[in-house]
Amino acid sequence: MIKKILTVSALASTLAFSAHAADTIKIGVGMGFTGPIESLTPGMAASAELAMKEVSDSGLLLGGAKVQPVRADTTCIDAAAATAAVERLVSSEGIKALVGAACSGATTAVLQNVALPRGLLMISPSSTSPALSTIEDNGLFFRTAPSDARQGEVLAELLIERGIKSAALTYTNNDYGKGLGNSIQTAFQKLGGKITISASHEDGKGDYTAEVGALAAAGGDVLVVAGYLDRGGRGIISSALDTGAFDTFVLPDGMIGQSLPDAIGKGLNGSWGLAPGSDSPGGAQFEALATKAGITVGPYTHQSYDAAALILLGMQAAKSTDGAQVKAKVMEIANGPGEAIYPGELAKGLKILADGGKINYIGASAVRFVDPGESAGSYALYEVRNGKLDTIGYR
Amino acid sequence: MDDLLNALVLLANFVLIPAATYGSQLALGALGVTLVYAILRFSNFAHGETMAFGTMVTILVTWWLQSHGIGLGPLPTALLALPAGIAATVVLALLSDRWVYRYHRSCRARPVIFLIASLGLMFVYNGIVRIVIGPADQRFADGERFIVSVSDFRAFTGLSEGLALRTTQGLSLVVAVVIVAALFWFLERTRTGKSMRAYSDNEDLALLSGIRPDRVVLIAWAIAATLATVAGVLYGLDKGFSPITYFHLLLPTFAAAIVGGLGSPLGAIAGGFVVAFSEVLLTYAYKRFLTYLLPESLAPDGLLQLLSTNYKFAVSFVILVLVLLLRPTGIFKGKML
Repeated sequence: MIKKILTVSALASTLAFSAHAADTIKIGVGMGFTGPIESLTPGMAASAELAMKEVSDSGLLLGGAKVQPVRADTTCIDAAAATAAVERLVSSEGIKALVGAACSGATTAVLQNVALPRGLLMISPSSTSPALSTIEDNGLFFRTAPSDARQGEVLAELLIERGIKSAALTYTNNDYGKGLGNSIQTAFQKLGGKITISASHEDGKGDYTAEVGALAAAGGDVLVVAGYLDRGGRGIISSALDTGAFDTFVLPDGMIGQSLPDAIGKGLNGSWGLAPGSDSPGGAQFEALATKAGITVGPYTHQSYDAAALILLGMQAAKSTDGAQVKAKVMEIANGPGEAIYPGELAKGLKILADGGKINYIGASAVRFVDPGESAGSYALYEVRNGKLDTIGYR
Repeated sequence: MDDLLNALVLLANFVLIPAATYGSQLALGALGVTLVYAILRFSNFAHGETMAFGTMVTILVTWWLQSHGIGLGPLPTALLALPAGIAATVVLALLSDRWVYRYHRSCRARPVIFLIASLGLMFVYNGIVRIVIGPADQRFADGERFIVSVSDFRAFTGLSEGLALRTTQGLSLVVAVVIVAALFWFLERTRTGKSMRAYSDNEDLALLSGIRPDRVVLIAWAIAATLATVAGVLYGLDKGFSPITYFHLLLPTFAAAIVGGLGSPLGAIAGGFVVAFSEVLLTYAYKRFLTYLLPESLAPDGLLQLLSTNYKFAVSFVILVLVLLLRPTGIFKGKML
């Protein structure tokens, strides 16, 4: 009799197990598919989904669960639209975690209005506003991108190294632009440089002659454009070149993308900038994977892959999809100690975690988190040569 | 001497040329607004979107021409596509009149009813443009980019300041002069033009003397649509097309028409330049200009900028408020609002 019960219960548990295995875990991918960085987000989303597919195909996540990405447009500039989009993902799609949002303003809105009240874990691949370091997040928010406070320091060092003593600065009038503009100005002045003018510009205007006129009046060796490559930033640069106001432009991360030299032409040659990136072997491994999957590698694609991978590895480590439990594991996985995990090795990571081992997720962007859950920051340096965005080094 | 020349070139490059270009584009827009006001006696809020519609059709035809390898050499292909854009916009304006305004005219509705109807049409046009071409930026300027480029100018004159005159800027000025001349010739010299002026001056008297109102209205719409398309295409060529900027143009356009005196064609042109120059002059930073002119000891430290460029739009508002307070009929004694 006892034997029978045991068999039945064993059978039942197998059934339960297989039912569990057929489970699908939905992960939100909330990025600004329309708006000022719309040329970057398709590649970023595809990279995040690449990591999800890798995990799904391995059949190792929480006993064989499938991962299904669900996209939503968080628009980058419209906080209300971003909130509504992610709210829908949580309430009607039932996502367990979110990769996103992309822009800092949208991320702040989603974090405060959806993630905090709903207990949703979110990892942003590209929100870099310094304000997000100190925001109240209940430990639910991480970012695989570094804070712009760090970007400002690196940019200021590069300016000094290139012998630039004075620069004009313009930033897009939002959380991202103001934060980055401030950090560049502070860091550059600390190193003895001079910011001749720090003026904001609005995106989506037709004509930037007046803005460029003011920048030109203040003068400077170069113009630092802390804006967006598909919007105001491009308008400022093309107007500055037309009027001969500046020849060289310094491009922070929001301006790095091949669409900018394509739109501006040869006038942009010699301009330089940076975006988060690293020369760790993980970067090349990811690029090989992405290229094979038909994804155009670009800014923040590496970080997007890592954001998705961290969420899923976190779930495996916590043996749960509950944000409150997963959030405790993310730091541990990102910083180790344990077996190093590179892109394409997610299955290995899942297996080690399932067996109770420890991993140190390196990933595509050499992930290393500092408090409160953001990337320490390593940057790839770019220069425009012959109309192409060339990587010229790392920092 | 060089300092003086440098100062003048600097001012021309950043103030005079951009303001004159913008002014002529505004003037063409304001002429359309003022014409509709003179004949139909209401403020046509759909004028900005009419510009967007005309520009959109022109862009589509431009792309079609470009795909067939047809171009105008150094001039933008859009000039070739312009007649098609004008034709489509005239049809749109006449259909709107037929389906919307004519009914209100037959009931002799008050101007405010027309105004609200035009607001409705604005949203309809707005939707059409976004459905057809999308909300994104479109660049359709081709041909030579510059008449005078900064590096050419520097090499030619040896001055340290450069001057740029883009083809689209030159084109805006020339086309505006031609269109305005043609319009004035039409209004002053032709029979139809005279009948339009008579109708605008005193509707009842004009009717008594045998002027057909339907015909006057039809021609007014056709001219307004033409002006809107030309203004829109010039603006789009010069500054890039995105539907939202045409919506934003509505305010400075109306400011221009009202400053000049609603209903007065001459006023619309003057108003266009007043608004454009005020916007640019008030937001320009004069630091470098004065550094050239003043002796070194007096060279300014600050930027000498009256208003941050973010307040450019506010300038139109302030001008509008000032004119309505101090001289409600505008510079050229237009009709009272």
